[in-house]
Amino acid sequence: MAGMDGPIDDALLRLGRHLRPGEVSADLRTLHQIGGRQGDAFYRDRWSHDKVVRSTHGVNCTGSCSWKVYVKDGIITWESQQTDYPSVGPDRPEYEPRGCPRGAAFSWYTYSPTRVRYPYARGVLVEMYREAKARLGDPVAAWADVTSDPERRRRYQSARGKGGLVRISWDEATEMIAAAHVHTIEAHGPDRVAGFSPIPAMSMVSHASGARFVSLIGGTMLSFYDWYADLPVASPQVFGDQTDVPESADWWDAAYLMLWGSNVPVTRTPDAHYMTEARYRGQKVVVVSPDYSDATKFADEWLAPHPGTDGALAMAMGHVILKEFFVDRQVPYFTDYVKRHSDLPFLVTLDERDGVHVPAKFLTAADLGEDGTEAAFKTVLVDRVTGEPAVPNGSLGFRYSAEGEGRWNLDLGEVDPLLTLDGTGDAESVTVALPRFDQPEGDGVLRRDVPARRIAGRLVTTVFDLMLAQYGVSRTGTPGAQSSSYEDATAPYTPAWQEAITGVPAAKAVKIAREFARTAEESGGRSMIIMGAGTNHWFHSDTIYRCFLALTTLTGCQGVNGGGWAHYVGQEKCRPITGWAQMAFGLDWVRPPRQMIGTAYWYLHTDQWRYDTYSADTVSSPLGGGAFTGKSTADLLSQSARMGWMPSYPTFDRNSLDLAGEAAAAGQETGAYVAEQAGSGKLGFACEDPDAPGNWPRVLTVWRANLLGSSAKGNEYFLRHLLGTDSSVRAEEAAPEQRPDDVRWHEEAPQGKLDLLLSLDFRMTSTTLFSDIVLPAATWYEKHDLSSTDMHPFVHAFSPAIDPPWQTRTDFAAFQAIAKKFSALAGPRLGVRQDVVAVPLLHDTADELATPHGHVRDWRQTGEVPVPGRNFPKIVTVERDYGAVAEKMASLGPLADRLGATTKGITYDVAGEMDRLRGMNGTVHGGVADGRPSLARDTDMCEAILALSGTTNGHLAAQGFATLARRTGTGFDGLADEHKKITFADTQARPVPVTTSPEWSGSETGGRRYSAFTINVEHRKPWHTLTGRQHFFLDHDWMHEAGEALPIYRPPLNMTVLFGEPGIGEGGEQGITVRYLTPHSKWSIHSEYQDNLLMLTLSRGGPTIWMSPADAARAGIRDNDWVEALNRNGVVVARAIVSHRMPTGTVYMYHAQERVVDVPKTEASGRRGGIHNSLTRLMIKPTHLIGGYAQLSFAFNYLGPTGNQRDEITVIRRRSQEVDY
Amino acid sequence: MTKVMAQLAMVMNLDKCIGCHTCSVTCKQAWTNRAGTEYVWFNNVETRPGQGYPRTYQDQEKWRGGWELNHRGRLQLKAGGRLRKLFSIFANPLMPSIQDYYEPWTYDYDRLFSAPMQDDTPVARPKSLITGENTKISWSANWDDNLAGGPELAPADPVLRKLSDQVKLEFEQAFMFYLPRICEHCLNPSCVASCPSGAMYKRSEDGIVLVDQDRCRGWRMCVTGCPYKKVYFNHKTGKAEKCTFCYPRVEVGIPTVCSETCVGRLRYIGLILYDADRVAEAASVPDEKDLYEAQRSVLLDPNDPEVIAAARAEGIPEDWLEAARRSPIYKLIFDFGVALPLHPEYRTMPMVWYIPPLSPVVDVLSGTGHDGEDADNLFGAIDALRIPIGYLAELFTAGDPEPVRNVLRRLAAMRSYMRQINLGRERDESIATAVGMTGERVEEMYRLLAIAAYSERYVIPKAHAEQGARLEESMSGCSLDFEGGPGMGGPFGEASGMPVPVAVENFHALKDRQTTGALVDPEDRQNRVNLLNWDGKGTPDGLFPDKNGRKEP
Repeated sequence: MAGMDGPIDDALLRLGRHLRPGEVSADLRTLHQIGGRQGDAFYRDRWSHDKVVRSTHGVNCTGSCSWKVYVKDGIITWESQQTDYPSVGPDRPEYEPRGCPRGAAFSWYTYSPTRVRYPYARGVLVEMYREAKARLGDPVAAWADVTSDPERRRRYQSARGKGGLVRISWDEATEMIAAAHVHTIEAHGPDRVAGFSPIPAMSMVSHASGARFVSLIGGTMLSFYDWYADLPVASPQVFGDQTDVPESADWWDAAYLMLWGSNVPVTRTPDAHYMTEARYRGQKVVVVSPDYSDATKFADEWLAPHPGTDGALAMAMGHVILKEFFVDRQVPYFTDYVKRHSDLPFLVTLDERDGVHVPAKFLTAADLGEDGTEAAFKTVLVDRVTGEPAVPNGSLGFRYSAEGEGRWNLDLGEVDPLLTLDGTGDAESVTVALPRFDQPEGDGVLRRDVPARRIAGRLVTTVFDLMLAQYGVSRTGTPGAQSSSYEDATAPYTPAWQEAITGVPAAKAVKIAREFARTAEESGGRSMIIMGAGTNHWFHSDTIYRCFLALTTLTGCQGVNGGGWAHYVGQEKCRPITGWAQMAFGLDWVRPPRQMIGTAYWYLHTDQWRYDTYSADTVSSPLGGGAFTGKSTADLLSQSARMGWMPSYPTFDRNSLDLAGEAAAAGQETGAYVAEQAGSGKLGFACEDPDAPGNWPRVLTVWRANLLGSSAKGNEYFLRHLLGTDSSVRAEEAAPEQRPDDVRWHEEAPQGKLDLLLSLDFRMTSTTLFSDIVLPAATWYEKHDLSSTDMHPFVHAFSPAIDPPWQTRTDFAAFQAIAKKFSALAGPRLGVRQDVVAVPLLHDTADELATPHGHVRDWRQTGEVPVPGRNFPKIVTVERDYGAVAEKMASLGPLADRLGATTKGITYDVAGEMDRLRGMNGTVHGGVADGRPSLARDTDMCEAILALSGTTNGHLAAQGFATLARRTGTGFDGLADEHKKITFADTQARPVPVTTSPEWSGSETGGRRYSAFTINVEHRKPWHTLTGRQHFFLDHDWMHEAGEALPIYRPPLNMTVLFGEPGIGEGGEQGITVRYLTPHSKWSIHSEYQDNLLMLTLSRGGPTIWMSPADAARAGIRDNDWVEALNRNGVVVARAIVSHRMPTGTVYMYHAQERVVDVPKTEASGRRGGIHNSLTRLMIKPTHLIGGYAQLSFAFNYLGPTGNQRDEITVIRRRSQEVDY
Repeated sequence: MTKVMAQLAMVMNLDKCIGCHTCSVTCKQAWTNRAGTEYVWFNNVETRPGQGYPRTYQDQEKWRGGWELNHRGRLQLKAGGRLRKLFSIFANPLMPSIQDYYEPWTYDYDRLFSAPMQDDTPVARPKSLITGENTKISWSANWDDNLAGGPELAPADPVLRKLSDQVKLEFEQAFMFYLPRICEHCLNPSCVASCPSGAMYKRSEDGIVLVDQDRCRGWRMCVTGCPYKKVYFNHKTGKAEKCTFCYPRVEVGIPTVCSETCVGRLRYIGLILYDADRVAEAASVPDEKDLYEAQRSVLLDPNDPEVIAAARAEGIPEDWLEAARRSPIYKLIFDFGVALPLHPEYRTMPMVWYIPPLSPVVDVLSGTGHDGEDADNLFGAIDALRIPIGYLAELFTAGDPEPVRNVLRRLAAMRSYMRQINLGRERDESIATAVGMTGERVEEMYRLLAIAAYSERYVIPKAHAEQGARLEESMSGCSLDFEGGPGMGGPFGEASGMPVPVAVENFHALKDRQTTGALVDPEDRQNRVNLLNWDGKGTPDGLFPDKNGRKEP
């Protein structure tokens, strides 16, 4: 028998084991103990708890996971995930558990040493304020006194970020805040006040609390989705939609899944299992990533293109798909799909220029002789049966007009659209010139042939024919320079051509493209691309995405469960959007609110525009019309503002509270007065002189955000110009000949524009460190709120596990307190005022008809008097009762009943909901809100959001579909669950699935998984675009100027050419130049958790930069060495991680590693090292500024310039290993 | 005659592990976020290839954990027999040092508030929790996560060293996977056998291996004895601690924290019946490569009437037998044959098993058309996967590649078979046949691996309270007066508990933070407590607002 060795051992063991109860195995190996377990009581005690509370984390991770928070003796002890999500069906994995290590580490913050427990303010400011107040006896006067004295102003501004915070009381803090607001509104205008708080979906009430205050006083809310560069601009361009994507459980439905620039295990941690599990039902997974990423482990194939070249790979795949599935062979499913759901059959005019033809504009009914404003927005195709042009339903021309009622739909009737004119009647072959950007040398022009014919006197071809020409796909019968061989590396967009650019073998590109399309063909469109920040944060990401979307639209995957695009960066889906918007922007009291494109705001007010040493026509096509020639980007920004394309706040160079009075004094209608004044140059735009003190932003409040530790591209410029403190900017300002024409240049750039930077947070961040006042916020386990996401179809609750400890307050309570103090100070000083708001031309309104054919006519250049709402912002006068702001904050105003609530062009009559809200929330008695439903508590606001949204109030959803049906003439019956009314208590009990609503484009009816655009495809509802279909072709003048009318490859920006940085790969021991990427981190969600001891312990405990062994060797760097990365924008100090999973020539500094933890001083500057964004800066792409034209019209967070940062490079070098803090 | 015993066991499907470490964090938050256990992770996740935690723990030539056979073919502890242990009890050289785990640290976060006006931005710099001094962080519990430091650090991976010729640590051939680890709750636990105090035991009803905190005298022989290094020494209490399989939870039918919170949904818990009388024999088979099969042979078929009868004779309750029949663990080990034990060559008969991971084919081979999901070249692809089979074999089958290959073939076959169904094609039975399965069985396996709901992943019988008297056999003395127990003034957390050796406590770090000169109001400073290791017990001064609000400004 087997047994233990050695008689002596055995004897000893027997002896020992006899001293206690238990059963020793016969072979003496082990002890089975039966009794005597009291010694382990500790673990039972530790596990015991008093209660478990449901809450979640509001951190813009898209997770929106429901958590169990354990409480013992009134203390939060730890958390674990809820597992009670409603079932998604027996044939697929459930949503349980959802969470990640970061969320699991959250409770650490509750009692951590970095918890903000009390209000703090910069000591030097507090002293000066107290002195002035004692002297002047008035808070507003005191604030004005301190901030308008250059010397004292300098004293506290230059101290920003340098310690010296002191505790103050809530009372004093709110008084200073209120005084700053009142003074700013009085002296400069309400639009000099701004609020920054992103991603409402991650905590809707907390967002709305502050946004409501800012909006009611006339301040400006800054956009975030575009600023974060998470907005895929291609989405409005192609779909006319901000972003709409499938929930994670729909990944399961995909038969072919590409993860392209998205590292799902790290960035979609709670839902990654749908991908790993779907492989077991035979889903093929392809990962496209420049590094061997976490996701690569799960791939069947890994494609590693060089960073930023993804568009080239996608173009080559498009080439293969067009050739094999449209030319060599036609796939009925694809052909039928693109005829119905894309602009491919529509006609485009060809203009002759210098002996060749260039694609110009969509042919419209106006060209065919139809009258009326809308005619120019009815696009035309050729009917195969008749061979004649036809004007199908569904284009923009049917959306707003009376005669379009019942015809805004995708019904083709008897019409069978012709995709190509090839081989039809009198079609001739015409050579078109197309831009190309793949060669640094050369004329940048491709010449390719298309079949064309004359219709209504215009030479036209189809978008499909242009696509074949663009992609270089030849077809029999059409001569020309199109490539016929995949191996032809000289012909753009072939597989061999992309290999030279991306490094991905041509054969592999062919194989993946073929498989993707074949699977879509066989499965009816169940091929999906999950695309993420890796491909979306580039300057030219809109072109990259359009190349991707070409793949999913050509193969009929959009609007199909398991197919299409799945873009995930940001928790952008606030499912109860209509109710939230009413709350957040105070629409129930005053309309319109001021909403600004964040990127442009920061670009101007951090003076990054002054460092543009290149011309805006850097992006121009050689075939462009010269719209950008000789302009700086700031010029184009001012043009966009004055044309009413994009919003611009602060708007004018005078106080908006004075304009209405001036107009009245002049005896003019305000809009006409303002337009005339502007037209004659007497009234200037603030964006044309952003450095004039009167045009500076003065008060900025940041909550639920960490601007200076996370999203501030060009972080050092923020520090220098906006805040007026030390920075490590090394860049040169533009030389005189490089400066803007329309934007005034001050010889000395201002340093320190902001009077007040206020932040609300529960932990110390780079933003709180630089703030003048920091208010202590309740955490996510200490308040009521609502959460939703695009990743799952539920809304669910935050609930307080404990009440806010120390002096912390919820955002809701904090802004109520600020509003009360503000109203008390403002009532007597400001009273009731008329505020003139300049509003841009808005998407999903008839404003989209402002610019027929996308022909740009700048009134300043033509000398015309501008017309508000046409080529100038709309001018709206609103009344602001400054003494009543707090009362309005705390009640649901009457405008909601009178005007309804509008989302994406559909207005919901919500008057019928008010009695229910009065019943739930109570009624206000007395004051301006007498008789209105109360919003006195955060739970009241939760109820209001749920009651006023279609997704959470089925009655409204049904009403919205009825409204929509009148316009489309098609049916949506049965989509909405009319009797579903979700209350806040429901969301506290368990995550609740929302109901199908016209607020979103997908159907969840009958328990199906959400996928975007299924309503469009299945119910013939048009996309919100010019043609009403998905667009491959964009005909706006500026799109032609940029050479981006069609999907195209544009390489990353060349920083050597633009800024004189060294070239990638240059250098040696003294430091080498590499591409600098900032992907999302495994150990944090943006900056949150990167300071959390648990996450730091699981990683390397501080800022790190990943690099390849080859790069490290060249620069003499070893793993864990201290290194410095520096370029013209700033300098970063971190430790190196050397790994063979990194490609050579590229380093990663994972996103949002802040300066709060383990950041020494740099050798380069002698000052504290920067954050990841210290090496980046803003560069605005002009085409993102287009507005007033169909889907290229502004809406908040829908369209605007992106704050991209991926094109940057840096020098990285080993530094002294002796570091000084 | 069979002596049937029941064992709670776990399977982790590494093919689904995303390496997120949620399991580690929830476990640590629940169990070891307290003084004395800063460096302790009952559950940790390792990137493979990599050194592991503590580093190179798998190198048993160095650490001498587990069992070996002596020249007579009998089992003996690799670290030496008990006699030698008793002689070396005060100087155990075979212990990983704190540096092998990692030197825990924190940051002086307080500077972010308390820094006076100065000429630069305040920052929290790292401080050792061992010395309280400033430190440069140079190792952690997960230092080589995601191949960090790969070329420099990975060559020290003891598993990789065994096949170093075949593996290049280069971009083009890069591979990695994650290995989450808890205590193996072995059938033949060398930690239990190592304990001179008899403080470690294996629970009779469910096989969970525990340290009796009452009995433990801190000899730390268990730390040496465990080849997985999953017994830890609490510096504050001076006792050994280890993964408890969350017994306070599983006793009431709730899965372990690490399992329930596993967002990769890769963990399964269930009951296994085994023949306790055959354990030693199986652990003693001469050829290491036979240990995998030997271990399987000890496990009993819960549907076998003889086994059921024998189990009843041992007093195993009916609902436990039912749970054993529904056990996902049994299905994965036997019905589907895809789960393998971790390092069977340690001869401890570990009871946390693993499904090895698939991985993408290496680029250079993709031109040949190798696709994991494609039936036509299903099996050619297995040897072209990026993760070398040899590496997996060194982990799970003592180096024998064939069982690993068979598992990977089954996983690949499942994907291929299910793809037919996914795309609406005819089922192709030949795919299942080729891996020794039926289509029906493949679909069952698919259900368990891909879809299985909570109640199917975790089949956990509840403890029988009515047998409490038997389980809680009386002991002499007060149950509360174990060292650090409530009877002694509260067990853990720096705000309560016993005096601790300064060298292993963060006392100085704490004191420094709270006494250095700063602009902050001294009263406020008192209101701050370092809660890095505070475990929610007690109410240290300054943690909460004074009830009468005295300290509010």
